[in-house]
Amino acid sequence: MPAFISIISSWSIPLIIFFILSYGVFKKVNIYEVFTEGAREGIKTTLNIFPFILAMLIAINIIQASGAMDIIVKGLRPLIGFLNIPVDVIPLLFLRPLSGSASLSYTAYLLNEYGPDSFIGKLASTIQGSTETTFYVLAVYFGAVGIKKYRYSLLVGLLSDIAGFFAAIFICKLLFL
Amino acid sequence: MINILWFIFIISGLIIAAGNGSMEQISQAIFKAISDSVNLSISLLGPMAFWMGIMSIAEKSKLTELIGRLLRPILKYIFPDIPTEDPASGAIVMNLTANILGLGNSATPLGIKAMKELQRLNNYSNRASFAMCTLLAINTAGLTLIPSTLISLRAASGSKEPSIILITTIFATLVSTITALLFDKFFRIVSENKS
Repeated sequence: MPAFISIISSWSIPLIIFFILSYGVFKKVNIYEVFTEGAREGIKTTLNIFPFILAMLIAINIIQASGAMDIIVKGLRPLIGFLNIPVDVIPLLFLRPLSGSASLSYTAYLLNEYGPDSFIGKLASTIQGSTETTFYVLAVYFGAVGIKKYRYSLLVGLLSDIAGFFAAIFICKLLFL
Repeated sequence: MINILWFIFIISGLIIAAGNGSMEQISQAIFKAISDSVNLSISLLGPMAFWMGIMSIAEKSKLTELIGRLLRPILKYIFPDIPTEDPASGAIVMNLTANILGLGNSATPLGIKAMKELQRLNNYSNRASFAMCTLLAINTAGLTLIPSTLISLRAASGSKEPSIILITTIFATLVSTITALLFDKFFRIVSENKS
């Protein structure tokens, strides 16, 4: 990593902690008691979201193991050819919003297969790095506060994933080809 | 909606698997999901306890309110219905900061903290508020300026320029975040007009 990035990465959390603790002492908060009380709250929260993580992982693992992805990729092949998208990165369009670990391991596979500095390697890294695991984020964030009606959140999340995917292809073709 | 979606995911997976003859993989996938969910929750337990503890201090000392007030000029455009001095603003700022700096493990607990603050302001117990939808739009879009996981992965797989993806990633993440915010605004206006 370039120096400035590793400096930001290693300094940001210690600095945030330093600042919050100092401000707490300055405002005469019993920081130790308040911290442990809050941490206990955090454990309860984690237990509360466990059922949502479980339910979501079961659905996602089933759809992934069923081979549905291959059918979709095959069905999309004419469109892919038309839009001139590298076929190898198509699974990322579907894996990325569903499962962070599955799409990360697919990216790792592409980096190994084509090399991290190949066009496919750079493109896959960009796609993987630029969006989030929409289904996981929705299940966990809404699950934690007991929201059942997501309204338009899923649609917005998926539309932004698609936009990010095509933006990644556009910029990588512009800069790396 | 989530009920139907969950059903469709599982049922269509099972039907396709029956056609493919890949039932063996399906039952393995189910058991894998069950044990993965425990691993995932355990890996979340530490960061969650830690950040909730730190955020409690920030809250008791009224630091979250201060941060919210300082960034009010920006936040009021993105989150128009959060009151000026509400601690929710501070929690949202912390969540967005963690995302932008690429601190993945910290972003989730801070985001959940922000959701709890927003739930306090929500008039419905089980329906998402507009502010929640906006927070989720930004979080699912994956706004980040430092894709730290990917840079490490590239370095580990022998890349000569692991961070060359920095510019392209920032471009793509900005496009996806702006798209998310525009659609969020659009759907918000549509549902406001409906009710």
